[in-house]
Amino acid sequence: MSKTVLIADDEPNIVISLEFLLKQADYRVVVAHDGEEALDAIRRETPDLVLLDVMLPRLSGFDVCQKIRENPDWRDMRVLMLTAKGREVEVSKGLALGADAYITKPFSTQELLAEIESHLGGQ
Amino acid sequence: MAHRQEALALLVFVGGLSAATGMIIVETIALSTMICNDLVMPLLLRWKTLGLAQRRDLSRLLLGIRRGAILLLMLLGYVYYRAAGEAYALVSIGLVSFAAVAQFAPAMLGGMYWKLGTRAGALWGLSLGFLLWTYTLLLPAFAKSGWLPLSFIELGPFAIGWLKPTALFGLDGVDELGHSLFWSLLANLGAYVGVSLFGHQSSREHAQALLFVDVFKSVGRGASLWRGGASMTEVIALVGRFLGPERAAKAFADYAARQGLRSSAELVPDANLVHFAEQQLAGAIGAASARVMLASVVQEEPLGMEEVLGILDETSQVIAYSRRLEQQSRELETATRELRAANERLRELDRLKDDFISTVTHELRTPLTSIRAFSEILNDNPDLEQAQRSQFIAIIVKESERLTRMINQVLDLAKLEAGRVEWHATEIDLAEVIDDALATTSQLVQEQGVEVQLDLPRRVPPVIADRDRLMQVLLNLITNAIKFCDRGAGRIGIAVKVLPEVLQVDVRDNGRGIDVADQDTIFEKFRQAGDNLTEKPQGTGLGLPISRQIVEHFGGRLWVCSEPGEGATFSFTLPLGQSDVATADPGHEREDRT
Repeated sequence: MSKTVLIADDEPNIVISLEFLLKQADYRVVVAHDGEEALDAIRRETPDLVLLDVMLPRLSGFDVCQKIRENPDWRDMRVLMLTAKGREVEVSKGLALGADAYITKPFSTQELLAEIESHLGGQ
Repeated sequence: MAHRQEALALLVFVGGLSAATGMIIVETIALSTMICNDLVMPLLLRWKTLGLAQRRDLSRLLLGIRRGAILLLMLLGYVYYRAAGEAYALVSIGLVSFAAVAQFAPAMLGGMYWKLGTRAGALWGLSLGFLLWTYTLLLPAFAKSGWLPLSFIELGPFAIGWLKPTALFGLDGVDELGHSLFWSLLANLGAYVGVSLFGHQSSREHAQALLFVDVFKSVGRGASLWRGGASMTEVIALVGRFLGPERAAKAFADYAARQGLRSSAELVPDANLVHFAEQQLAGAIGAASARVMLASVVQEEPLGMEEVLGILDETSQVIAYSRRLEQQSRELETATRELRAANERLRELDRLKDDFISTVTHELRTPLTSIRAFSEILNDNPDLEQAQRSQFIAIIVKESERLTRMINQVLDLAKLEAGRVEWHATEIDLAEVIDDALATTSQLVQEQGVEVQLDLPRRVPPVIADRDRLMQVLLNLITNAIKFCDRGAGRIGIAVKVLPEVLQVDVRDNGRGIDVADQDTIFEKFRQAGDNLTEKPQGTGLGLPISRQIVEHFGGRLWVCSEPGEGATFSFTLPLGQSDVATADPGHEREDRT
């Protein structure tokens, strides 16, 4: 059974590109356009990995990450933070909140896929 | 002896004798020291031809003088006992001496409390006082002792009645002592005050008077007024001559230690040191001699008028200098405060710029992300379906356009904020510009199926503005309205109102409206009301801030009125182009304020 990946991003074109890439790599893809929608999708689908944009409307990626880590049921869920804000502070904040990796935009599609695979393959 | 108690009598006699002898020894030694230190030595030292000041060892001379003085005193005592002892009781002698000593009172008290006293005045007072004392008290005593004829007392000299020594100028009925004191002190005081007042007080006397009278007001003044020169070796050698070289060296070493210096070699011969040396010498040879001795090595220069003026000048310079320092320190304080404020402002600007750059990079990274992702996808998948291929390429083109627009707008805004925009202000017809803007956006209007309502007055008065910039504002507001109006049944309205002093343009849409909380933030850079909407609006988030800058440049205002769910109305005003406004370049006023 293929693993499920949730894409939480508010940029439609980025979502389209990520969706294409992940589907091509045989993942099941769920899409959310803001923080609240992302939490709903997580409760509903319990994805194996969340590609989480930081600057999400309504509820920020940091808040979503914190909520994921607060719930013991989602202990095995991998969280990859995606952001256009590449500052050191942002990176350490994301990692402190329990994200598994922090990827800055724009990203290399190959590297992104390799990162996702490394986190899901180890299971 | 009368009671045959010889032993007791002998004891009493021996006791009395030894007591008397003891008293005589003490008295003579004290007196001889005084005579030596304060009378003979000063006189001898002043007597230059003796060359005493140059002699190396004076202690033997001192001893000789003292011994001679003791002998002389004993002799004088005996002479007095033989000559006047019978005529006068001990008490009367004391009183006569008291009257003599009293003559010093005016000069001494005046010296301490009166600044105008002079040396000549003091000398005249003393001389007259002693003269009268001699005449009214001493001569009568001699007369009574039989050395002068008694008629001298009873009739006066040469039988002149008003010159009678015991009743001078007819003053009678007072006892002898009181009479003498009255006349002598009157003359003494009168001469002292009179001569002092009429005579000229030298600058040195004035300085010393100040020193004595105001001694508690300024302790340090003595040093600053002292003008002299001395060499350290001379001073030490001088003190050594009287105290012995070892004691002198030790005294100066102690003094140096008290001053915080390592050895006496570091001492500077200033007024304080000379004073110290004088004290040391005074212990051995008395104050008066010490002063004379030191004067031989210390060339104290008299305080001339020029020097007084110099000192005053110096003082006023010091005061001016300290005033200038005060002024400078005040200025420095102000400058520091201003600098701190400026620094604060700069830091705030820096923070804002930092935020701006961070936001700009974030905004630029977003389209770049899509462009890179799709480029890589196209590159890695050469056998994509044509339809998907076209879709991805279209996204790349659109995101590139967005990136370009964003860069242009960032630069535009930066130029506007820095005031480096060239404005071409002309008198323009707003109705014509609105028509032009609608023509430019007609394609978008058609695509979105939006209905446009235009509400213009019959005659639109001209305004002064840069046509291209005004076009930019109108295009921004119209495209925003099209973007945010109701999907499906979109309707926008453009209205122009002529108000008393301004022309107002309203651009209305029937979209979901803007929350009151967002109505200010949408005019900030990169802030879009869509931040809390599910669907992110397209755009750079720079259109409204740029439009507001442009409108404000022409002296107008740009604002929004909106009720959530009721659509939004963006309005801006432009001042009417009156004839006097028309000639002036409106750009200047704005530039002055920035």
